[in-house]
Amino acid sequence: MPKEIMYGDAIAAAIIEEMQRDPNVIFYGQNMAMTERDPMLKKFGKERVRIAPISETAEIGIGIGAAMTGLRPVVELWMSEFMLVAFDQVINEAPRLRYMSGGQVNVPVVLKAGYGFCAGWAGQHSNCIYHTMMGIPGLKVVVPSTPADAKGLMAAAIRDDNPVVYLHPYMLTLDKGEVPEGEYVVPIGLSDIKRAGSDVTIVAIGWMVKKALAAAERLAEEGISTEVVDPRTLAPLDITTIVNSVKKTGRVVLVDQAPRHSSAAAVIAGEIAEHAVGSVGALRMVTALDTPIPYSEPLENYVVPNEDKIIEAVKSVMAHEAVAA
Amino acid sequence: MPQKTAKRPAPRSSKISNHQLRWIYTQMVRIREFEEAVKRTFIEHPGVIRGHSHLGDGAEASIVGALSTRRDRDFVMPSYRCHGYPIVLGTPLRNMMAEVFGRKDGLCHGFGGSMHLADPSRYFPGTSGIIGQSIAHATGAALTAQIKNSGQIVYCFFGDGASKQGAFFESLNMAAVWKLPIIYVLENNQYQAYTHFSLEDANAAAGDALSKKAEAFSIPGATVDGTDPLAVHKVVAKAADRARAGKGPSLVETKFYRLSAHGNVITVPPLPTQFPEHEAVAVYGNRKEFEQWKSKDPIKRFRARLIKDRVLTVASATKIESAARAEVDDAVQFALASPLPAPEEALQYVYA
Ligand SMILES: Cc1ncc(C[n+]2csc(CCOP(=O)(O)OP(=O)(O)O)c2C)c(N)n1
Ligand SMILES: [Mg+2]
Repeated sequence: MPKEIMYGDAIAAAIIEEMQRDPNVIFYGQNMAMTERDPMLKKFGKERVRIAPISETAEIGIGIGAAMTGLRPVVELWMSEFMLVAFDQVINEAPRLRYMSGGQVNVPVVLKAGYGFCAGWAGQHSNCIYHTMMGIPGLKVVVPSTPADAKGLMAAAIRDDNPVVYLHPYMLTLDKGEVPEGEYVVPIGLSDIKRAGSDVTIVAIGWMVKKALAAAERLAEEGISTEVVDPRTLAPLDITTIVNSVKKTGRVVLVDQAPRHSSAAAVIAGEIAEHAVGSVGALRMVTALDTPIPYSEPLENYVVPNEDKIIEAVKSVMAHEAVAA
Repeated sequence: MPQKTAKRPAPRSSKISNHQLRWIYTQMVRIREFEEAVKRTFIEHPGVIRGHSHLGDGAEASIVGALSTRRDRDFVMPSYRCHGYPIVLGTPLRNMMAEVFGRKDGLCHGFGGSMHLADPSRYFPGTSGIIGQSIAHATGAALTAQIKNSGQIVYCFFGDGASKQGAFFESLNMAAVWKLPIIYVLENNQYQAYTHFSLEDANAAAGDALSKKAEAFSIPGATVDGTDPLAVHKVVAKAADRARAGKGPSLVETKFYRLSAHGNVITVPPLPTQFPEHEAVAVYGNRKEFEQWKSKDPIKRFRARLIKDRVLTVASATKIESAARAEVDDAVQFALASPLPAPEEALQYVYA
């Protein structure tokens, strides 16, 4: 039976259920499990649920080492930028070890982090850094946009035998949605059509899915039928679903909270160019502007994509003839 | 009216003049008033301060005691909990408050906010919100001073939590090998966000002081009562002498207590946010700890001592306090009246 719960609680539900299912799953990070009253600590004990100091290199590196030797650690990193302190571990250790061992060693670690907190946190806490990680063979990257996907993809990430970077948009933490109770796994590597439509395809990621759906609602009032595709997983990327949608509508807008050249949108645009050339009348990318994220509200709003920018882009591609597939 | 800060008397390591004692008290009060005003703003003007703000109430004796040994051109490089330091350096409170409010007249034109104040003209080059990383930046400033033979030293402030970061260990090792002119002030306010330091620090877990980390780098390490500005002055003065003499870095642990919660409650806008109860109470249910440390409030204690020693009278102390209150009120009014930046300004400052 599905139940309405918050995005943040959906992630927690998946971690709890996976820890119940598999005694090798452990969970640690900073500023968690601080007292004996902590519900996770109560449930699973202080062997499996731990508090860590501000030591990202060791937190992530220890997770990798434990994963190489039989555990399935979930490392709570809070904000994705804190991973940058330990980017060697994320980029040049975790995803390389299996390959270099000729397939002998697996690294089933989950690096959980929020991202893109555009709420006045300024230049170092509001960013989208998934682009750097989605091009690293051996590393999986998931970005759920709904509470149900948040639960299902966390379960899949924990069960996966590869290192998985699990990125949740901080802006969605309190959003509610229906989430299946009990075991629920969303396969890694499958896009999801969040809204069906026929005139134009919007491919949106994370928090931007919510903005795209709101824009689609407004566009419908003006008679424009929008299909919203959510890749959900950036690596591996399910390009087939995206290309099929684009071939159907003939027009595409890619919405990404990252700056243009470090966006997943830029990668997706390349795939569309190769696989749907001839079927696309027009393509637009709506991304953050090429600046760090500023503190003050009008500056931040100016830099980050919003509904109006999406609507403007959709209308501009609507001015082009769709090319028949 | 912005208050003119009395000119800081030239520091002498051993003897502290009455003039300097009054200067120390004045700066401590100015910091406290500023932080109280930031905190009140969350209630009186909800939404004006965005993101995450962190206050230095409780740290005043550590900040001012340390900086009372500073000479005019020495660098000051704290962590993201950065309001207190530029106040001592003479940065106008108007522009500081305007920055915290995200206004055009802010110190950084609204681009940085509470966590990222910078005033390079006053030897305060800027801060990082990524814990521990600015320890390396401060060490770099010491390298500049050494190579340019400028006679400057660096006051590097960071938290107990930051001392668990790789950048801490790497920087102290290099500074020791290169004999860089820097003082590492480890501000042990006993909490790393919501975590009590005893839960995450190897020295603390073994019953040792955090300054023991200095032994790993074979440099001097000391722990001092960070609620007493004169005790801090004395220990930091020694570290400053060593740095100025080209003998290299020292580690000083100032032990005090953060008096407010870590920061305002983290939430998703437009939900309102303000400062919650201190973690000792809210997380650990330990009101006794909180009350005990509150009774050691560095400002109250220093005030009582100065009055007892006849450095201040009740009237002169009150005068310092009302002047600071007026200066901060003026800063708040100025900041509220300052316009928000125009959206397109966001495209500035990306490249030099
Ligand atoms: C690399 C990194 N990890 C985690 C955080 C989140 N964080 C922000 S403040 C803080 C606590 C810092 O504690 P401490 O160094 O003791 O400084 P204090 O806040 O007590 O002044 C943490 C963990 C961060 N900003 N950067
Ligand atoms: Mg601390």
